[in-house]
Amino acid sequence: MASSPLVDRHGHDVHGGHASRRHPAHQFDTMEQQKESSTLGMWLFLVTEIMFFGGLFTAYLVYRTLYPAAFAAASSTLNVPLGALNTAVLICSSLTMALAIRSAQVNWRKGAMIFLVLTMALGSTFLVVKAFEYHDKFVEHHVPGHILNTPFHFVLEDAREASAIAKLDPDYQRHAEIFFSLYFIMTGVHATHMIIGLGILAVLLFYTRRGKYDSEYYNPLEMTGLYWHFVDIVWIFLFPLLYLLGAHLHG
Amino acid sequence: MSEHVVTPVKTYVFVFVALLVGTLLTVLVSEVDLGWANNIAAMSIAIVKALLVLYFFMELRHSTRMSALTAIAGFFWLVLMLVMIMMDYWSRHAIVLPVPGK
Repeated sequence: MASSPLVDRHGHDVHGGHASRRHPAHQFDTMEQQKESSTLGMWLFLVTEIMFFGGLFTAYLVYRTLYPAAFAAASSTLNVPLGALNTAVLICSSLTMALAIRSAQVNWRKGAMIFLVLTMALGSTFLVVKAFEYHDKFVEHHVPGHILNTPFHFVLEDAREASAIAKLDPDYQRHAEIFFSLYFIMTGVHATHMIIGLGILAVLLFYTRRGKYDSEYYNPLEMTGLYWHFVDIVWIFLFPLLYLLGAHLHG
Repeated sequence: MSEHVVTPVKTYVFVFVALLVGTLLTVLVSEVDLGWANNIAAMSIAIVKALLVLYFFMELRHSTRMSALTAIAGFFWLVLMLVMIMMDYWSRHAIVLPVPGK
């Protein structure tokens, strides 16, 4: 990977680590201090994100505790193969994001650009798959409330299964609607984060092309990486909680 | 903190493969009805995957103690929120208070 002529096989800059060509912003003493400040600031932002998504996860946990049968039944109508595919796509994009940062660390500008483009392509793939899944839910009338004059409608095809769940939870259709409300808000907010991430990646690609980032300064790449990986972590929890909860019902 | 901490590509690929294996595992386990153990299995795998991402991809192993502490505090507060709220919901129906006059 470290095939750039500027870098030896250990990834060290041939100019030597100490002959710094870069200067930190005036409020910082060193480049290192500047990087540590960025990282801490980014983590503080991510803490607010943890609590933001945490509120939704808490709501999910509360309603799932109250209506377990309806949640499992509603979950079993989601497309597990597509959800698993999207999980893999996001994990791939996290790898390419990490490799984009690494490329900048070893002064491989072209590599950084290639991996940024790959990350954006994978992020877009995720959103396209998600759009197909949303389309299916609209067709099945599994969207909560009244959308386009069609009310929410949840009927289990298997009559035996339907009566079994009705016995556990007579009001399961209304409770399934709560599941789908949480499904749409959680995946929707997650997808919004992906779209914002794609925008940031596009800006990074522009500046990387201009040669703004190298082994001494790549903070924006690394901070975006933190954001991107965090969004990946959110999905790592969303996938089993939303898709796999009722998987054994049809297994 | 050394100035150049460049992680070998091999490490990233290894973490990547581990994450994919975890995903496969979580799907396979969910197909089997283990009752309450399904939740434990799914969440254990998700937590391990999240830790891998945090430690390797998000470079917590190379970050300052201050940043690591901030990250830990974030998740600690999340656990507090979940546990405090669920303590109420998990115990609410179990408590039967005597009703005067009955």
